[in-house]
Amino acid sequence: MGGFGRRDMKFIDEFRNKEIAEGLIQRIQKTSTRPIQLMEVCGTHTVSIFRYGIRGLLPQHIRLLSGPGCPVCVTPNNDIDLAIALSRQKDVIIVTFGDMMKVPGSTSSLQKEKAEGRDIRIIYSSLDALNIAKEHLEKRVIFFAIGFETTSPTIAVAILRTREEKTQNLFFLNSQKQIPPAIRALLRSNQLKIDGFILPGHVSTIIGIKPYQFIAKEFGRPAVVTGFEPLDILQGIWMLIKQIEENRAAIEIQYRRVVHEEGNPIALSKIDEIFEKDEAFWRGIGMIPDSGYRFKESFKERDARNFDVEVEPPKEHPECLCGEVLQGIKTPLECRLFKVLCHPENPIGPCMVSIEGTCHTYFKFSD
Amino acid sequence: MCLGIPGKVVEIEKNVARVDVGGILRDISIDLCPDVSIGEYVLIHTGFAIQKVDEEEAKETLDLLRKMVEAI
Repeated sequence: MGGFGRRDMKFIDEFRNKEIAEGLIQRIQKTSTRPIQLMEVCGTHTVSIFRYGIRGLLPQHIRLLSGPGCPVCVTPNNDIDLAIALSRQKDVIIVTFGDMMKVPGSTSSLQKEKAEGRDIRIIYSSLDALNIAKEHLEKRVIFFAIGFETTSPTIAVAILRTREEKTQNLFFLNSQKQIPPAIRALLRSNQLKIDGFILPGHVSTIIGIKPYQFIAKEFGRPAVVTGFEPLDILQGIWMLIKQIEENRAAIEIQYRRVVHEEGNPIALSKIDEIFEKDEAFWRGIGMIPDSGYRFKESFKERDARNFDVEVEPPKEHPECLCGEVLQGIKTPLECRLFKVLCHPENPIGPCMVSIEGTCHTYFKFSD
Repeated sequence: MCLGIPGKVVEIEKNVARVDVGGILRDISIDLCPDVSIGEYVLIHTGFAIQKVDEEEAKETLDLLRKMVEAI
């Protein structure tokens, strides 16, 4: 399985043990009799699966599909266009996570705008946004916030701090999303045979397993909350196969060292203080009910969508297959633009930009 | 963006923990995970501790895996 790196890191190294991995693979081969398709929802799983060559280790009749769990990939290009329009206003600083810089909007990107002289900065934590706002009281600092439930509580903390610390010049262009409604939308659309789900490990440290129960109860599919090291992924897959072979459907936790059934109640309560659920548009997929957030009344003053700016009508490249790739319907190999016109130096769609994007991962790990 | 790495808490001051991540010390907010002690491990995401890493569970998972593999 090759070297997994020479860091001496507790809770990582032990979960890369080669002997155990080989044993798990044998177990999977012994237990699995039927052809099945499993969806790994989260972009970080897509990367891990490629990095550790998991596909090549599994029997041929087990197929792994990549899902829509890449927050950069599903941020609507209209939101990117809005961030760009805001960056062109006087005395505005846009701050965002690094991955968003290169994502193509309809005609430009934050990176291109920065090159044109707009004040656009990369941050690594929502708390950096607070610091920048305090350092530039004469400017409006707008945090273009993307992510799933792992990140939402950190955004909520920053918003609560603006109130506590009376930071009046920090605003949020909130484009965060929720995973379980996207899974529901995929199951309802019924375009794909998905026999089980590899559920995101870190989203689940926050939300626990209750939001996933409908997968088993309403749709009769098993799902396993899985970690990101090779042994985690192999064990998660084995747990899914075991359920399938035994005709069971339940939500189980493989990643027990950080995921608890109730999730992180403190984190959930922070989100709940600021936001209520709302429908949200997923780039390439469409509108999904209850999959996003809007500000509660008392925090609406922080909403950057209040600013009156003109935004261009959204446009996508007609041949970009990112939407179908995100839903597992096609792989990047079936896209005419893949590698030919679309590659990390010249990404046409968001799936090629994000390091967790399926197209980027296929590009990086293929020959 | 499911990125999260484990780190060991070496110091705590109010709502900030100094955490050792593979030999490098970082200051991390523990607003979302206030109930941590020095010596415990936390999972870090964008500058926040989002959950404690349960050493017992990690050990149990590995023990289970080893038993499973030996039984083949």
